[in-house]
Amino acid sequence: MALIDKHKHVERNATLLFVLSFLVVTVGGIVEITPLFYLENTIEKVEGVRPYSPLEMEGRNIYIREGCYTCHSQMIRPMRDEVERYGHYSLAAESMYDHPFQWGSKRTGPDLARVGGRYSNEWHVDHLMAPQSVVPESVMPQYAFLMEKRIEPEFIADVLETNRTVGVPYTDEMIAEAKADFRAQANPDADTDALLERYPGAVVANFDGQPELTEMDALIAYLQVLGTMVDFSTFTPDASR
Amino acid sequence: MSDHKEIDQATGTDTTGHEWDGIKELNTPLPRWWLWTFYGTVIWAFAYMVAYPAWPMLTEATAGVLGYSSRGEVAEEIDRFRAMNAPLDEGIVNAELTEIAAHPELGPYAINGGAAVFRTYCAQCHGSGAAGAKGYPNLLDDDWLWGGDIEAIHTTIAHGIRNEQDPDARFSEMPAFDDQLSDEEIAAVVQHVLSLSGAEHDAAAATAGAEVFADNCAACHGDGGEGNIDLGAPTLSDAIWLYGGSPETIEETVRYSRAGVMPPWTGRLTEAQIRQVAVYVHGLGGGE
Repeated sequence: MALIDKHKHVERNATLLFVLSFLVVTVGGIVEITPLFYLENTIEKVEGVRPYSPLEMEGRNIYIREGCYTCHSQMIRPMRDEVERYGHYSLAAESMYDHPFQWGSKRTGPDLARVGGRYSNEWHVDHLMAPQSVVPESVMPQYAFLMEKRIEPEFIADVLETNRTVGVPYTDEMIAEAKADFRAQANPDADTDALLERYPGAVVANFDGQPELTEMDALIAYLQVLGTMVDFSTFTPDASR
Repeated sequence: MSDHKEIDQATGTDTTGHEWDGIKELNTPLPRWWLWTFYGTVIWAFAYMVAYPAWPMLTEATAGVLGYSSRGEVAEEIDRFRAMNAPLDEGIVNAELTEIAAHPELGPYAINGGAAVFRTYCAQCHGSGAAGAKGYPNLLDDDWLWGGDIEAIHTTIAHGIRNEQDPDARFSEMPAFDDQLSDEEIAAVVQHVLSLSGAEHDAAAATAGAEVFADNCAACHGDGGEGNIDLGAPTLSDAIWLYGGSPETIEETVRYSRAGVMPPWTGRLTEAQIRQVAVYVHGLGGGE
């Protein structure tokens, strides 16, 4: 019964009780969290995933600002019905450059993890301007103001730089060319070879159909790249993972 | 604590030895059923750790004797359903497109499967009832931009229209006449277009616009505005308008042109699914 007598001592010493309970909780945390940093299946390397282009990054920030994640998830779970509806289940690597990730936890609207290329730019404009004009049963609010909010790449290099400090591999060249890339992606007449070299698969278009560069351009550029970076015709994930 | 071996008189149960202002705490034993259930869950946990992936090792976690993985499970389930549908899907891929709808087995399967594909992938633009919206064609009528026979519908679905992703996408480009025609010529040609479908128009201006139309529009839209499905040029002589038939909308179309885009579905959908949805759309009412 010696142990129980010691327990009495622990119970009556608040500081000791706090230190010991902290240690117990820490063990639980270490066992559950640490393996995620080194187990091979949680850090699976996948070809094709690249950092967001400057315009896509701007769109991502608008996506976060408008709280799109509160109604749209970006996480296709490995279940048949989700795969049939949305496409290949999401891989951890596909959100490795998302800070913070946009997995979300609620689907009032559909999952957007693979929405890229699924609709035309014109559809996205129509839909964001007035969702009910194309999907009458939709409960999504209108985002017509995006069409009027002009954007400038004034701080985009800083945004990329900030992402670099948390581990996104933006090169010096990418940061130096950020302003030019930002404008070029929304201009089909621009020379985009360098942009596409840096950000393969980026969609180049005048997304909103008007000459000015607006938040609509940026948001659609972001939506059109979602889920398109990994080529699933050549990549088959290891099923045992 | 262990020094206090005291039996409570009223209940005959041990006390814990804790006492607060004369109130003592009974040390009532846990109910047996609860205790054994608890031990049972501990044993279950060990069995679970052996059966399923559990312990993190140096590079990966222990696999568990059942060899379960969530990815493996979904792959298996998808394969199981694919295998169940395989004879029908193969039949659809190998059959002549024109013969699927009338086939006693393949027909109902294609129409139901196609309806499911349509609601998942097509309804966002063409509407859940396929009636379309401004800029997104109505699929219920017999007015087709690129042809309404089943082969043409299949090609459109498989490769899309005016997209960059698919080199086989249907492509045509209407010029924007804003810079090429004067304001008077545009106003006249708008009246002429209105006259083609018998809409209310200014007869004098329409006559003046006839020459502008013949010089600039007839090559694709036909002399009488009958359209050309090889070029995706809409019929202008009927009352069906993709973007609207008001003089203002027609003027906008003439000045700035229109270029609707449809994504390609090859890759996202299987060939069997594309054929199913082609059969479904063809059967909606306007199929030729």
